[in-house]
Amino acid sequence: MEQLGYYPGCTLETTGREFDMTTRITCQQLGIELVEIPDWNCCGASSAHELNNYLAISLAARNLAIAEQKLALDVVIPCAACFNRLKVAQKALLNKAYSEFVFEGRTKVYDLLRFLAQPRYKKRLKHQVGKSLKGLKAVAYYGCLLTRPPEVTDHPHPENPTEMDEILKILGVDCLFWSYKTDCCGASLTVGRVDVVHQLVKKLYDHALEVGAECIVTACPLCHANLDLRQKEINEKFNKNYYLPIFYFTELMVLAMDINDTEVWARGHLVDPIPLLKEKGLC
Amino acid sequence: MFTADFLKEVNQHSGEKVQLCFQCFKCSLGCPVSFAMDYLPHQLLRMVQMGLKDRVLHSHTIWVCAACETCTTRCPNHIDIARVIDTLRQMAIKQGKPAEKPIVAFHKAFLNSVRRHGKLNEWELMAEYKLRSTRFLDDLWLIPEMWKRKKLFLRIRGVHKKSEIKKIFKKAKAWNN
Repeated sequence: MEQLGYYPGCTLETTGREFDMTTRITCQQLGIELVEIPDWNCCGASSAHELNNYLAISLAARNLAIAEQKLALDVVIPCAACFNRLKVAQKALLNKAYSEFVFEGRTKVYDLLRFLAQPRYKKRLKHQVGKSLKGLKAVAYYGCLLTRPPEVTDHPHPENPTEMDEILKILGVDCLFWSYKTDCCGASLTVGRVDVVHQLVKKLYDHALEVGAECIVTACPLCHANLDLRQKEINEKFNKNYYLPIFYFTELMVLAMDINDTEVWARGHLVDPIPLLKEKGLC
Repeated sequence: MFTADFLKEVNQHSGEKVQLCFQCFKCSLGCPVSFAMDYLPHQLLRMVQMGLKDRVLHSHTIWVCAACETCTTRCPNHIDIARVIDTLRQMAIKQGKPAEKPIVAFHKAFLNSVRRHGKLNEWELMAEYKLRSTRFLDDLWLIPEMWKRKKLFLRIRGVHKKSEIKKIFKKAKAWNN
């Protein structure tokens, strides 16, 4: 087992519980032991940078300093927003700003998706797939902060990321091409301006359906919450009848690894994915 | 009304050079929330160049920006537009008249909860947001749905070393005025 630092972030302990659960199972199956950063704090997410620059950096920087000093491991982060904030902080610390946090740059920061899309894990994944998800038509949705801006995320293809598509294809998923994989869902406005969110999310549903998708796969707990929790409201508001289950890519990995706890993670979804999975003979 | 050193002020706070914008529209064309804006991003930058401080700081645009970083990623002159908008938000709050009060209420409630515990508490966030925004009925239907799915907990999570979080917030100073 190789060891890796783990920063779950607040969302993965509450609304994104299924993401946390399936991330832990996936990593264990792929031979990665996750070690949670001791006494980690909230990174400030979408709020701190809008109100105060110092808070935006230092809340995230504290976690990095702990990871490097106490764990001396690289860190993997499932939440796209947390990942982005910790990367911003990492770059600020390397520029020798914010000297109150001791950080020399030995600890690297990865987002979970791109970490697992490295060749060695894809190879291991191929051996782990016990139940092909063949016939499940899906679109991979990356959202904003995993890839943008590339100066922060170091992503080589911010306009057309392909990691999730590659992983889903290994699982046997019929991963469809669409042009909206990095269009924003408006998560940071989900409380203050839900009307804007409804329009953005509806557009994503429409374009996913247009290419023939039966579900949307995400890699971010904020995207997931936004797309899953708001579907009922959007149906009522626009007089539609959308049924699009929203999966985390790790959930589908666990499903394809034939680990029998689908009921457990599926219970967390507002849009129940079980009918779709039953129809496909996957549970 | 024209404010002579507005551009200089924005550049200083953001570390960007807003005068480099030559109005190519790329930011506005890629912006997913442009439909909800009163000025498009390229117009906003032009208004900063022209020193139209009041109009910029009272605009809805700076608050409905979803911070998705598409504009920053695509700007041919490498202006970090999302960062410029963060700066404008902070200036608007200092001035005391943000155009989208509920959005500001959300951010303040979020950070207040983090200040108290070091981690976000969803109940506290919702309660403080409702008090600040007076939108008491927003998303009420979601509470039983999320409770049923074990996505909300009564237990308050927090960090052990609260003093370190307190120190960070003390040093950050003006964010809640």
